Amino acid sequence: MNLKRILIVTAGILFLSLGVQAQRYITKSGKITFYSDGPLEKIEAVNNKVNAALDSQNGMFVFKVLMKSFVFEKALMQEHFNENYVESDKYPVATFKGKVSNINEVDCATPGTYKVDVSGQLSIHGQTHPVQTTGTFTVYEGGVKGNSQFTIKLADYDIEIPSIVAGKIAEEILITVNIDLKPLKK
Amino acid sequence: MTKGLTLLIVIFLSVLQVTVAQDDLMNLFDNQPSTEYTTATFKSTNVVIGQSVKVPAKGTMLLNIQHHFGPLNSGFYNFYGFDQAVTRLGLRYGITNRLSIGIGRTTQNKTWDASLKVKLLRQSSGAKVMPVSITYYGLMGIISLKNPDNNKYVYFSNRLAYVNQLIIARKFSPSLSLQLIPSLVHQNLTETREDPNDIPSLGAAGRIKLSNRFSFNFEYHYVLNQKIAAAYHNSLSFGIDIETGGHVFQLFLTNSAPITGQYFIPYTDGDWLKGDIHIGFNIIRTFTLVKPKAFSGR
Repeated sequence: MNLKRILIVTAGILFLSLGVQAQRYITKSGKITFYSDGPLEKIEAVNNKVNAALDSQNGMFVFKVLMKSFVFEKALMQEHFNENYVESDKYPVATFKGKVSNINEVDCATPGTYKVDVSGQLSIHGQTHPVQTTGTFTVYEGGVKGNSQFTIKLADYDIEIPSIVAGKIAEEILITVNIDLKPLKK
Repeated sequence: MTKGLTLLIVIFLSVLQVTVAQDDLMNLFDNQPSTEYTTATFKSTNVVIGQSVKVPAKGTMLLNIQHHFGPLNSGFYNFYGFDQAVTRLGLRYGITNRLSIGIGRTTQNKTWDASLKVKLLRQSSGAKVMPVSITYYGLMGIISLKNPDNNKYVYFSNRLAYVNQLIIARKFSPSLSLQLIPSLVHQNLTETREDPNDIPSLGAAGRIKLSNRFSFNFEYHYVLNQKIAAAYHNSLSFGIDIETGGHVFQLFLTNSAPITGQYFIPYTDGDWLKGDIHIGFNIIRTFTLVKPKAFSGR
């Protein structure tokens, strides 16, 4: 009897996860910029090669970012970023594994702008921390455009600011995400 | 009890379902390995006094202030070398990420120099594997001293000397980089008829990174011409790099008073064992003249 109940629940969950034909959206040219404004140095970088994917059925939302693809205003900053701050040789990739919690409010068949709540785990520099933010999905004929902004603390990701510039470089970084997701063709 | 178990299984399966669904999405991204190019094999375009494999990035200008004091064993009268110094001011500009040009002026013989530094191969891993980076460095020195009474510089070409180097480097780990530097120095005019015009040499240099902003460097040039090798000493230098964002400071000890290759590779006369050691420093400042596309127009 109890075993039966467990079996039914298990089967139900498996059915739900496998049985539904998911509509997936993907991009490999998403844009992430980060910006920090400290008294000494204003730091800004752009990455136009961001991987992002969304499952509009269950709201799963993931990002994969190559750290070496960030382009800085000054080449020297880029070198320092990779070499001294995020240590790209050791940790080449940043990922976000999350979920759009109100995906059921987004109708991917009807063009329009929807407010979305996104939460998940962000991994940078080998450190993983939860991130929660809001953003918008703009559904249009060709796909879904996503926008969001949030801040992270360098300390959360074990990114050290050297003592000689401590207090002169901002400890919080503003991250802006702009992606244009296209339906994945099967 | 069973309710608890059911709940537990439901939670476990939901978590599993979430991670499976996310990993599933992650797998949509191209997992083919890309080519990773090695960066920052050396912090600066100089290892100690000679050139490293590094070329400036496109659009950046390096100002290099180089200073070698006189020998430490010159005594208190010369304040241990403070009174006699050889200095050089240099500028180097990255036209592309591979090609750069430089000019400089040294106090020794009032020599101007023009140089070309070209990255030929880039060390890489991943899809395309290249074990080493190779950079060509070519310099022409022009002595601008007034023609002395013996009419030494009859022709303009008498004033010229050349350095040609292939710099073969490998970053073995984030903390260890080594390079080999086969060089050929050519003097258009030598002191005597018997002195060679072409002086080949083989150099070795490296850096050991002690922290993210601090490294220990060394550089040695072994002269392959017997006559020159007998009359002079091989150049040997040890130094540290201190990097502070826009600047690299290099402090070092060397037996070479001269700064540019056509002088210090063949004609180093200091003997380490006798205390003919010079304190020296380089200050290298980076200026960004042309910003990358994503930032241009601001």
